[in-house]
Amino acid sequence: MAESQAAAAPAAPGEKETNHGLRIALIWVVLALVADLLIWFLWYPHLPPGRMSESAEHQQFDIAVLALAAAPVMIFVWTYFGYTLVNWRHRDGDDDDGPPLFGHTGIQATWIGGTAVIVLAAFVFGTVELIVPAGAGAGEGPNPVWKPSGSNLLQVQVIGQQWQFTYRYPQFGGMETTQLVLPVNRPVAFHVTSLDVIHSFWAYQLAVKADANPGVDNVAYTTPKHTGGFTVRCSELCGIWHGAMFDYGRVITPAAFQVWAKTNEQIQRQKGVLAALPPYALTYDPTVIPQMGKVLIANGITGAGGYYYPSSDPVTP
Amino acid sequence: MSIEIEPGTTAQEPAGSGPVGPRLARPWWMRPALHTGIIGAVIGYFIGHWLGNFLSWNYGRNGLSDMNDFPLVLGYVIAVVGFLAGMGVFNDLGRQVLGKPVPVAEEEEEAFGGVARYFRYSLDHKVVGIQYLVGMIIYFCTAGLFAMAIRTELLSPTYHIMSASSYLMVVSEHGTMMMMLMTSVVLGPFGNFLMPLMIGSKRMAFPRLEALAFWLTPAAFLVLLSSVLVGGFPTGWTGYAPLSVQATQGMDAYAVAFGLMGISVILAGFNIIVTVINYRAPGMRWSRLPMFVWSMVTVSFLMVLATPVLVGGLYLLILDRTVETSNYVNQLGGSSYLYENLFWFFGHPEVYILALPGFGIVSEIIPVFCRKPLFGYRVAGAGMIGVALLSFFVWQHHLFVSGINPEMRPLFMLTTELISIPTGFIYLVAMGTFWKAKMRLTVPMLFALGLYFNFLIGGISGVFLSDVPADTTEHGSFFVMAHFHYTIMGGIIFAFMGACYYWLPKMVGIKLNQKLGYLHFWTMFIFFNSTFLPLFAVGMLGQPRRVFEYARNLQGLNDWVSISSFLLGGSILIFVINVIWSTVIVREREVGNPWNSRGLEWQVASPPPPGNFEHIPVVLSGPYDYGVKDAPAVADLNPPVGVVSAAYASAGTASTGVEA
Repeated sequence: MAESQAAAAPAAPGEKETNHGLRIALIWVVLALVADLLIWFLWYPHLPPGRMSESAEHQQFDIAVLALAAAPVMIFVWTYFGYTLVNWRHRDGDDDDGPPLFGHTGIQATWIGGTAVIVLAAFVFGTVELIVPAGAGAGEGPNPVWKPSGSNLLQVQVIGQQWQFTYRYPQFGGMETTQLVLPVNRPVAFHVTSLDVIHSFWAYQLAVKADANPGVDNVAYTTPKHTGGFTVRCSELCGIWHGAMFDYGRVITPAAFQVWAKTNEQIQRQKGVLAALPPYALTYDPTVIPQMGKVLIANGITGAGGYYYPSSDPVTP
Repeated sequence: MSIEIEPGTTAQEPAGSGPVGPRLARPWWMRPALHTGIIGAVIGYFIGHWLGNFLSWNYGRNGLSDMNDFPLVLGYVIAVVGFLAGMGVFNDLGRQVLGKPVPVAEEEEEAFGGVARYFRYSLDHKVVGIQYLVGMIIYFCTAGLFAMAIRTELLSPTYHIMSASSYLMVVSEHGTMMMMLMTSVVLGPFGNFLMPLMIGSKRMAFPRLEALAFWLTPAAFLVLLSSVLVGGFPTGWTGYAPLSVQATQGMDAYAVAFGLMGISVILAGFNIIVTVINYRAPGMRWSRLPMFVWSMVTVSFLMVLATPVLVGGLYLLILDRTVETSNYVNQLGGSSYLYENLFWFFGHPEVYILALPGFGIVSEIIPVFCRKPLFGYRVAGAGMIGVALLSFFVWQHHLFVSGINPEMRPLFMLTTELISIPTGFIYLVAMGTFWKAKMRLTVPMLFALGLYFNFLIGGISGVFLSDVPADTTEHGSFFVMAHFHYTIMGGIIFAFMGACYYWLPKMVGIKLNQKLGYLHFWTMFIFFNSTFLPLFAVGMLGQPRRVFEYARNLQGLNDWVSISSFLLGGSILIFVINVIWSTVIVREREVGNPWNSRGLEWQVASPPPPGNFEHIPVVLSGPYDYGVKDAPAVADLNPPVGVVSAAYASAGTASTGVEA
């Protein structure tokens, strides 16, 4: 960008007294430099989504780098517009037209080349940032392409339904909880699915987002790096209580996690919860859950058209 | 390639018409107009509703309304057919079938003057343009009121003014109304009114399709609005299945209305493409076409190629909802991804349908007020064509976290980012045009500058969204919402306002109040940015779209945004007051060419006379030759007899449109 503008500006036609191009370039370099320094040293450490997980760290870095590239571009356009607005306004009594410039091959080629270089660089950088942190925390579908290394993956199934998320831990007997608890420094594979409509699992501070489609196992990876609380929100419109579909999760130490998970599994086994749950699977079909299927068959419902769902709005979430 | 045939002799004569006799003067209430249309709609609805019940007597019914979706959909569809029949849309078709004479556009126009023609199925492109203009302002303001209702609800994170379902209804009505009806916000009024004038034609190619395209918009508007009567629909403007399959009957209004609007824009697009290809005056080469016309052509191609996918997708949705197919129900062999793909295959070109006309308008405005030629005419055209082409290859960036095709993400990241290259052309053109200009900061020029300012923020934030890692946090949050309001409202609505101040004197021959115009611009510019800039932060801080409850720490930002949005609404009110005050009450005449523009549309009287041009003009030079010494006049409006046919004879081989 820097070279392209520096090269483009002096090449502007009709330069005699004032070198406007040089002036614009100087103002731009100073402003862009200040902006980039501020972004990198002041803003970057505080940029969302923070540094709570590996994917969050990468996303924060990614957003900061994009901002570093974007700021000079925006500042160049604004500087240029501001400069022209100040200097080349219509003066009273001057009714002549401006100079008839129809184009300038050099400037046009430089601009096209410069923007192409920026765009391609952004593409290469984005691809690296997508692949290195195992899909960047985005849902990769049933057959993930980019996976984390190591065999110590914690499997967590996220089940979306109107209007809450529940979490199943297949490595702990398939127990199901309403609160997401994760150990620190252990890679997690989220298997996101839905029972009814499309939801989107968004663990904000962990920088994980994956759509929950009914009948689809959508896998996303991350590794929590710090202990603490995080927010889970649904980020795909899923019906009237979409706005109320959120809960809070925790990242705790591995030892505490083992205790929490084992205890929960124990309690659920004793109370018969595990036996009542459908067997762990990657997706669930409410029409084949035995109790529900019977109801549907008894009513003779075979088609779509909203008949799986209650026809009235629930009163509370 | 210019046209080979002289318009007005053969090309503009509709096939099958015989000699036209004087039409019988009937009293106004006997002629087809809006009131007969409404009668037709009411009759049609009841016929459709009865037919639906008759056909679906053994289908399941919704317990609450004792109704299923079949009679409602058929009611809507046949009501629209009845409305069009009442408006007289099919009259000429009937005459033609019966071998009776059919009136042509120009005579139609002279036969019925006065305000009444704006409530009729008029074949005059200038009447249709004004109809569109008034219609679009009404639709925009209605949808804008819904937006202010949303912001009222979001004043507090926990205290609610609306119920959760009313809130979702309001959100969905706002989004759908803006996205579907604003598709024609520029192409409708300015495309239909000005484009024939700009290319030196007496009319559009298909006046009946043009009028039909307009009269489908109030039908779509009212059908969409009617969903409020049955509780609205909960899906937002995207209508994702299976939520839209699950939804109650308000959803049918969405599917039917969006489908109607889809048909309307397909027809409008065809009309524009055919008109530009076939109805250019002699000498109006492709290289002399105003940028606005280029934007209309590219947008029309997007409309014609992308919208059928939407109409098909919505048809499948209607089948799911009425006759219980399962196209979009995963558990029964359908696919929720199918709808997402169909929708966004239309939906992404759609957002460029909403951007390109804005580029066309500002490219038209800035040379006039810089008193300089448009810098890089071909770059500007290439930019528009490039954006239009690439827009078909980016749709899956809306599905980056959906779990579909992860291996395709780098590709869609690349195509999306590539769009910023042709978009950058538009900025290069502006910057080149501003170089050593003699800028006059009139109201239209200020709105053009506003577009460049806003669209830069919108475009750059789009690069963040195209990048998969950054998008993982931003997707589905208020960041996206801020981004597309910057590109659409900050882009096309600013351009639309600028175009109103620039071209309304042309269209109605009346000056708009400039002081109110400046007030309108500055309030709109400041409060627009004050409304939408904080929303980037709101989204990045974790607020998903379309929620009615949010984190308490975001209340400050949300309240700031809400109050700004009310003030922004006040700014739009200034515009409405200005239009009504200037055109209805004060009516200060505007004659000739107030901006001293070289555009062909400004070379005829304001408002343009019936038939636009007394003779077919011969275009002599490009529209942007400001400051060129001894530049010929833009066109010869009274070419000597025989020149036109001679021009066509020589143009056939000589001019292939490459000449600068």
